[in-house]
Amino acid sequence: MTRAPSDRQRPLSPNIQIYRPQLTSVLSIGNRITGIALSAYAVALVIWLVAAAAGPDAYAAVDAFIGSWVGRIVLFGGTFCLFFHFCGGIRHLVWDAGYGFSLRAIYASGWAVVAASIALTALTYVVGAILAGYGP
Amino acid sequence: MSNARMRSPLGRALGLGSAKDGVEAWWRERVWAVALAPLTVWLTVSILMRADKGYAAVVAWLKMPVTTTLMTLLLVALFHHIAFGLQVVIEDYVHSRIKIPVLVGMRLGCLALGVAGLVAILKIALGA
Repeated sequence: MTRAPSDRQRPLSPNIQIYRPQLTSVLSIGNRITGIALSAYAVALVIWLVAAAAGPDAYAAVDAFIGSWVGRIVLFGGTFCLFFHFCGGIRHLVWDAGYGFSLRAIYASGWAVVAASIALTALTYVVGAILAGYGP
Repeated sequence: MSNARMRSPLGRALGLGSAKDGVEAWWRERVWAVALAPLTVWLTVSILMRADKGYAAVVAWLKMPVTTTLMTLLLVALFHHIAFGLQVVIEDYVHSRIKIPVLVGMRLGCLALGVAGLVAILKIALGA
């Protein structure tokens, strides 16, 4: 006996699992994921400020974590997330202003976000290394 | 910016868009995002210039009135932006009965964290 059509479990639109990932969709979910991740970094910023207000000992504990290998990796990830979300956010603001909706412009701005977030992350670490005395 | 200015006359006449305060909410999200952008650049450059400088240097920097002002503005803009962003995420993915408690908890969490950050900044600025 066949069930009524309405009883069947039909796949729901938009069927994300059968789509080949595209630049547009990856950047879209990427902006959301980095935004959620950056919320955790905002908590870290508050912890850092509270530690600085609490005194040298509390600050030293937080500083020790930031200086550890885990802390450095977390900070590197946060730097990339920040620039990615920043560039993606500016792309969204340009769209909100009514510009850049042609397919060509959307792909150009998309690759610009990818390139800029990688370049800005690299620039930050190069400048950081030079300021720390590792550079020329 | 009022609802009236952001909506086109035709859109209003046809009853397009949100029936309630959608335009207002959309506009608020953009204003806080625009405010946050330059403040983020300032914080990133400032932290980069003071990495590995130690407690005394960081506190001396945080005590400067310019820093206190900009950090206050940054925390206010940042936690508004986070609250708006996480609200959209929660509304998209949480469909059960816990949606409203999760939304309220997230909002209160943003408020608490923002206030904690502000108190820390003021404590440093006022030299306690």
